[in-house]
Amino acid sequence: MARTNISREIDAKKQLPSRAPVTPDIHVLAVDDSNIDRKVIERLLKTSSYKVTSVDSALRALEILGIEEGRSPSTANSFQVNMIITDYSMPDLTGYDLLKRIKENAGLKDIPVVIMSSENVPTRIKRCLEDGAKDFIIKPVQLEDVKRLSQHFSSTIKKSSGVVCSKRKQEIEDAQSRKIASRCPHVHELRVIA
Amino acid sequence: MDVAKLQQQHLELTQALFKEGFLDEQFTQLQQLEDPSNPEFVAEVSTLFFDDSQRILAELTKSLDGDPVDFKKIDAYVHQFKGSSSSIGAHRVKVGCTVLRTCCEEENREGCWQALQQVKQEFFLVKNRLELLLQLEQQILAEGGTIPFME
Repeated sequence: MARTNISREIDAKKQLPSRAPVTPDIHVLAVDDSNIDRKVIERLLKTSSYKVTSVDSALRALEILGIEEGRSPSTANSFQVNMIITDYSMPDLTGYDLLKRIKENAGLKDIPVVIMSSENVPTRIKRCLEDGAKDFIIKPVQLEDVKRLSQHFSSTIKKSSGVVCSKRKQEIEDAQSRKIASRCPHVHELRVIA
Repeated sequence: MDVAKLQQQHLELTQALFKEGFLDEQFTQLQQLEDPSNPEFVAEVSTLFFDDSQRILAELTKSLDGDPVDFKKIDAYVHQFKGSSSSIGAHRVKVGCTVLRTCCEEENREGCWQALQQVKQEFFLVKNRLELLLQLEQQILAEGGTIPFME
């Protein structure tokens, strides 16, 4: 059912998501066991001009990253992955397990890892950030969440984990508040108790 | 059929879908990700959602029929379904899943059955309406018309 001669009227008043390329050479590995979520995250990342590889499990991700059992460390990251974005709840290995494996590997530990979850569990978010995740996105993932990722490639991010943790937590809370407020106009305030 | 009539139908159906809570702003997000280089994106995600949901509904029905009932397994399926309905913006299905999940946590078999029937109903309602919407889009484009985004 191919569409031809497509043109869409765009409401000039509607704010369109920016399609300006971020950095065309950044390769993101997306990990999610849901085929729907994989499709959506792929499209979101490609719209932001990232190169994307998507896999359906943490085990597949470890294969891509070259740190499955028995492989020598020199094969790590031969696919040149610059960022990993992973779902938290997956059968077998969780996104958190994947995060730990990556951080334990000398060749991969500096790759920024972002975790996604449909569940807003403050203790879970805190643990992931403290154990090295650069960011935590509450699903459903939206374009503004993906736009936030570009800062993790900035050299001006402070290395101090304390500052990054609290700043990141505030950003996560603000993003969640905006998401909830846009769906429920009567909710004026949302507090995520950390 | 006249393009203007089709466009009017499309607009009215879209407005109704949002007003009646079948779809939420996540669906709008997906529409915004469509462009001439990816004209089938919403249709593709919708098809994935329909197929995946029907699979999950079949598994849920089978699991609730089991003896004894494996509530953990049911919970895992409902979690999946809630996630996918949230990702496409199928708001009423998502709400139905929340109710089903609560019954599951309480290990309330009868409650689960009722909640499952409700979820099935909501799923088929949104599926039918979404298929109609996508069909209207196809017809409009085939007639050389354009599809305005909703206000």
